[in-house]
Amino acid sequence: MIRVVLPYHLKNLAAVDDEVTVAVIGEVTRDSVLDALESLYPMLRGTIRDHQSKQRRPYIRFFACQQDWSFRPGDEALPAEVAEGREPFLIVGAIVGG
Amino acid sequence: MKVRVLVGTRKGAFILTSDEARQQWDVSGPHFAGWEIYHIKGSAADTNRIYVSQSSGWFGQIIQRSDDGGASWYQPGTPAGEQVDAEQGMPQGESNKFVYDISEQTGKPLATHQSHDGSQHPWEFKRVWHLEPSPSDPDIVYAGVEDAALFVSRDGGQNWQELAALRDCSGSQWSPGAGGMCLHSILLDEDNPQRIFVAISAAGVFRTDDGGQSWKPINRGLVSNYIPDPEAEVGHCVHSIARHRAQPDVLFMQKHWDVMRSDNAGDLWQEVSGNLPSDFGFPIEVHAHEPETIYVIPIKSDSLHYPPDGKLRVYRSRTGGESWCALTNGLPQKNCYVNVLRDAMAVDSMPSCGIYFGTTGGQVYASADSGDSWHAIVRDLPAVLSVEVQTLP
Repeated sequence: MIRVVLPYHLKNLAAVDDEVTVAVIGEVTRDSVLDALESLYPMLRGTIRDHQSKQRRPYIRFFACQQDWSFRPGDEALPAEVAEGREPFLIVGAIVGG
Repeated sequence: MKVRVLVGTRKGAFILTSDEARQQWDVSGPHFAGWEIYHIKGSAADTNRIYVSQSSGWFGQIIQRSDDGGASWYQPGTPAGEQVDAEQGMPQGESNKFVYDISEQTGKPLATHQSHDGSQHPWEFKRVWHLEPSPSDPDIVYAGVEDAALFVSRDGGQNWQELAALRDCSGSQWSPGAGGMCLHSILLDEDNPQRIFVAISAAGVFRTDDGGQSWKPINRGLVSNYIPDPEAEVGHCVHSIARHRAQPDVLFMQKHWDVMRSDNAGDLWQEVSGNLPSDFGFPIEVHAHEPETIYVIPIKSDSLHYPPDGKLRVYRSRTGGESWCALTNGLPQKNCYVNVLRDAMAVDSMPSCGIYFGTTGGQVYASADSGDSWHAIVRDLPAVLSVEVQTLP
């Protein structure tokens, strides 16, 4: 299972308290994790990435294993630590959004 | 004795004056009508000297100065007779020049900082957020600007020099808060001119002990769960800091979330939010005569920029934090959804300490009894950006 940490406001939207876990079939990439996340929590569709283009929304950042994944390709494999559930995939909201 | 309350708003400055009782007020303004007045502050060394940060998306940044307590104004550096009104265009003075120091001798390269989306963005001057006059010399004044940097003028606002070493403190990791990437708080040490504290949103607090030649981040103990590394050396969204002259090493902080204090000049912080209904907020102030009495105005959250439960409450701690009581007498306790911005609270130094704050709804509230009771001096100004106060002989 993949561990995902949402920013505060999206936790409220999804009605979750802490990190969530999602199952990914196939390669664990940013896009596949987000697909699984949005499938489990449909209310998050359009908040993290654009409905149509799937582009990251500007006030959202992605981090994995202390690395900024915001500008990496969406189909790039995430680190093994994330794929194996040892480290969470962080979705972070920009401070400027508050 | 008298008090002079200096109010900066989205559409001009206002000066509110009263006698020691602080019940009847004279209101003058708007000064610089139509301009954003991010900050207006008087000199403690010469109470007739007042500095104003006047900015506009059309005309840029101007520094205004008064040498007669706000009766008249001019832009330092402007030759006599050349002052022009806003409607006529940009004033012809030199005081609007804030140029980052990139010289080989004293400067630092103009690099990039983080934008809100994580990309790197070039440093660009936007406006002056805060003016801090020297406590001992009316011609020395510091300016905190956006994009974050610290400038100083030693000739009454005519020429400005950046203290560029600050930008070298992991500047590439700084990012903007909701208001922009601003240096908004400057604390000068009356007894040690070499020591300066500044706070930047969203970077954190920095200290120099050599007059600005070198700086270090002092953010240990801050925990910000909304950034990738909650205990990062820089990147914290500090909203304001305050201290009392009698306890020079004790600092208080209102962070994005959390009210904090440090007992060692910022080397280590601890949370003192205690029983506050929300530890989100913007300003923090220290009582003029009681170094452990502090004030905050809780705001519900970073998305709901209004008071919890629609009740405008100032919270006072007489124990330097942790234990807080609500001050509500005279403040609206229902249907109140204004915000109080980071520079919009101040204290006077009357024998009975006065507290003042302004709201985004245009009210300026005053208390002449350390916060026990409040009244509105004015109710219908433009959104208030800053409140400062001078205690006059």
